[in-house]
Amino acid sequence: MQLSEQLARHEAKMRALYAEFETLVRQVETFGRRSFLKLAGMTGGGLVLAFKLEAQASGAQADGAGTPDLNAFVRIAPDDTVTLFSKCPEIGQGIKTAFGLIIAEELDADWKKVKVEQAPVKPKIYGYMGAGGSTSIPRGWDQLRQAGAAARAMLVAAAAKQWNVPTSELSASASVVTHKASGRKATYGELAQAAASLPVPDVATLPLKNRADYKLIGKRYTGVDNRKIVTGQPLFGVDVELPGMLIANLVMCPAPGGKVKSANLDEIKKMPGVVDAFVLEGTDDLTEVKPCVAIVAKSTWEAFKAKAALKMEWDESNASKDSLTQLAAKAKDLARKLPAPASNIGDVDKAFASAGKVVEAEYDYAMVAHQHLEPQNATAWWHDGVMEIWSPSQGSDRGLAGVAKMLKLSEDKMIVHQTRAGGGFGRRLMNDYMFQAAAIAMKVSAPVKLQWKREDDFAQDFFRAGGFHYLKGAVGTDGKLSAIQTHSVGFSADGTHAVTGSGRSNNSFPTDMAPNTRHAITLLPLLTPCGAWRGPTDNVQWFASGSFLHELSVAAGRDHVEFLLEWVNRPRAAGPQQGQGADGRPAPAPDTSRIFNAGRATGVVKMAAEKSGWGKKLPAGSGLGISFAFGYGGHVAEAVELSVDAKKHITIHKITAVADIGPIINIGGADNQLQCGVLFALSAAMFEGIGVEQGRVQQTNFHQYPILRMRSAPPVEPYFIQSDFRPAGLGEPSVLPLAAALGNAIFAATGTRVRTMPFSRAGYSI
Amino acid sequence: MAFVLNINRKATTVDVPGDMPLLWVLRDVLNMKGSKYGCGVGICGSCTVLMDGHPVRSCVTPVSKATGKIVTIEGLAEDGELHPVQQAWIDLDVAQCGYCQGGQILGATALLKEHPKPTDAQIDEAMNGLLCRCGAYKRIRAAIHHVAEPQTRTEGAIHAAE
Ligand code: FES
Ligand code: FES
Repeated sequence: MQLSEQLARHEAKMRALYAEFETLVRQVETFGRRSFLKLAGMTGGGLVLAFKLEAQASGAQADGAGTPDLNAFVRIAPDDTVTLFSKCPEIGQGIKTAFGLIIAEELDADWKKVKVEQAPVKPKIYGYMGAGGSTSIPRGWDQLRQAGAAARAMLVAAAAKQWNVPTSELSASASVVTHKASGRKATYGELAQAAASLPVPDVATLPLKNRADYKLIGKRYTGVDNRKIVTGQPLFGVDVELPGMLIANLVMCPAPGGKVKSANLDEIKKMPGVVDAFVLEGTDDLTEVKPCVAIVAKSTWEAFKAKAALKMEWDESNASKDSLTQLAAKAKDLARKLPAPASNIGDVDKAFASAGKVVEAEYDYAMVAHQHLEPQNATAWWHDGVMEIWSPSQGSDRGLAGVAKMLKLSEDKMIVHQTRAGGGFGRRLMNDYMFQAAAIAMKVSAPVKLQWKREDDFAQDFFRAGGFHYLKGAVGTDGKLSAIQTHSVGFSADGTHAVTGSGRSNNSFPTDMAPNTRHAITLLPLLTPCGAWRGPTDNVQWFASGSFLHELSVAAGRDHVEFLLEWVNRPRAAGPQQGQGADGRPAPAPDTSRIFNAGRATGVVKMAAEKSGWGKKLPAGSGLGISFAFGYGGHVAEAVELSVDAKKHITIHKITAVADIGPIINIGGADNQLQCGVLFALSAAMFEGIGVEQGRVQQTNFHQYPILRMRSAPPVEPYFIQSDFRPAGLGEPSVLPLAAALGNAIFAATGTRVRTMPFSRAGYSI
Repeated sequence: MAFVLNINRKATTVDVPGDMPLLWVLRDVLNMKGSKYGCGVGICGSCTVLMDGHPVRSCVTPVSKATGKIVTIEGLAEDGELHPVQQAWIDLDVAQCGYCQGGQILGATALLKEHPKPTDAQIDEAMNGLLCRCGAYKRIRAAIHHVAEPQTRTEGAIHAAE
């Protein structure tokens, strides 16, 4: 298959995945009346509350001949231990801790007696199990609370029966049920067995707590895996060890689409420690197995040494010849050649003609790489007609289905274990390493761990596309925003759709930016694989738009905070989307949590202004910049205070970040994620850029791709405005406003506008 | 070739090629997975171990040169008692993904030994080689200060507004 076709197919899958994120998150996963089953008598007694999603019921039944193959959310053992299961991958976002807390809150469990375990990868039972689009928390919120509430109700009912008192006289707290009148108490462990013999209540009738009644949610917790992390216990994909395990590495063509012509396999096979070396023709899908040479050795070092000695010739007739330098020149050329607009509101030309001030600007941003610190890996073992895989993926459930298809295995011949992941940032929505490990394992009679080198991670990433935004805007003679015209020049694999991260996002950015708005898109062909990178499209769109709004307010001589507040409060047409329960029942309340909300936007902008000391007098060479972004259900404002010296060296004194993502589950975890998201964005804004020439990625390791280090990491102050909206995730919202806030601050300090990302390309250092 | 290594206060003999980096001896031969592979060329610090108390990058340290007393993240706690730096990392919930944190903890341990009350500049200097892709630098810094002066816990003030 042509490379462009493979890429087009990959992009179609990415669009479907993102559409599914939005559907799933708006659907509001809840349990129907008969969703819960209790499984008594397992694991030495106690109460095990399992569930099935009714929408998934057929899958559950198919799996269930005799012993229903269901998964527990909650397990309460006679020794009082409460075990909770987290169905989403832990990639550093703290989901395992947060999911545990959500269940434990409604369960009224003693957090000290709670253990949180990673659920096995069983998509037929759990539904979608990935982590992406900042959707894990909003997807799981109702479902997990219901699971906790159902178990609590059964424990309370068991106590009521035992003491012959009405449930209304009982209270539960810290894993103990109390009858106040008589002073009787029983622990959950003591009640578990009796609870297991009671019917499961209709979860739809169970009241859930109000925010004011939370005992666990909203406090500060240390992550549930922290003790293992600080003592170096095996947790990650790379840490998997199995008896007789071999180590594999792959050599793939540096230009996407290349095929193996020849390789000195005989020499390689003679090298010390090398067990085998062979060509994998590939699956005609660059998200699975690319044509490559696989080297299997007894140790990682021996595999890496053999890799270095491998001499390859590639057939590059179908390979990418992309040159980002040439594409950039082409894009610059097209900047002001506006194609027919893709969307239009009002009369932009008329607004420009009657404007008080018209501003034009060209923004560009580099292609960037993910480079989470744990390189790609997966362990696969073909045994007993079963393919067993350990993977640090963000979407192991998709990987399971895909690998089964590749191997022509039925999905019940697949066992997939989710490991902790050393970062993800969207790269691990791709499961290529799972496919590769499985393909190698089929040829080797031992468990095999595939270990990429860092250089492989650079060469074979699915990048955030670079691109160009050409903006023209007008403020009226009254100083108010009257028109915006955008032209984004991006990339496409199929000639029609923008690749992931390119083009325009209407999802998180209101299309009607101004009373008169026109958006146009030009797409250039690209054969370099792109993918999701922490806030795809939005992360660059907010850089351009957030900076440009500041250009407009400066042109109008307005205070930027005042201008932003006016902007977020413009009357808009968007209506709320009605949420719906998984079993077709209407959701308890219209779910407005995912849509732009002027009040929430106002709140974060005002608070960021206040906490950053907006309006205060700063010394010459210093400046304060602010920006706002909405995306993935989160409203976020960030403010940067900095100084710039004559050599364009930046010292950031403080970054203030304010987010409204609804109620905060673990305030400590959220603080950390918000700070870290800001610094992740700062790293990309200052330093990060990938070059591609002759289809080949020019950067091979961190020495050519600097990432923010301790010395350059400024203090970040995180704040939250809590609300009763359904909680949103924070992984992506935290990243969005930073680049514009940084550029706005540099302008405030120096009067120079930075329109190129990374800013190092404009001569700035930090 | 046989090498006798002193790892976590124990003599351990391994039979490996002399150019095999200590990192892979630890991970593949001795099944100690705490030291992580990040870059393989000595510039990310996730493979950091202590040799005679100094942080070294085990990915570029051939086993033949690993002649000092080595402490890995698995050996920092003695007799089940966490090292104060490890405890601070738990108390301040430093980790995001956690992949770099073994290296960060060992780097911080060496720093605190040399400078029991390090300044921010000393932290910058000592910790700059330790890459955290997740960007957990603020809490790494706070945790180091916390070990030095437990009463001054800067990180941890809850900012919440209604
Ligand atoms: S793996 Fe050793 S410094 Fe990066
Ligand atoms: S916590 Fe993820 S790399 Fe540091």
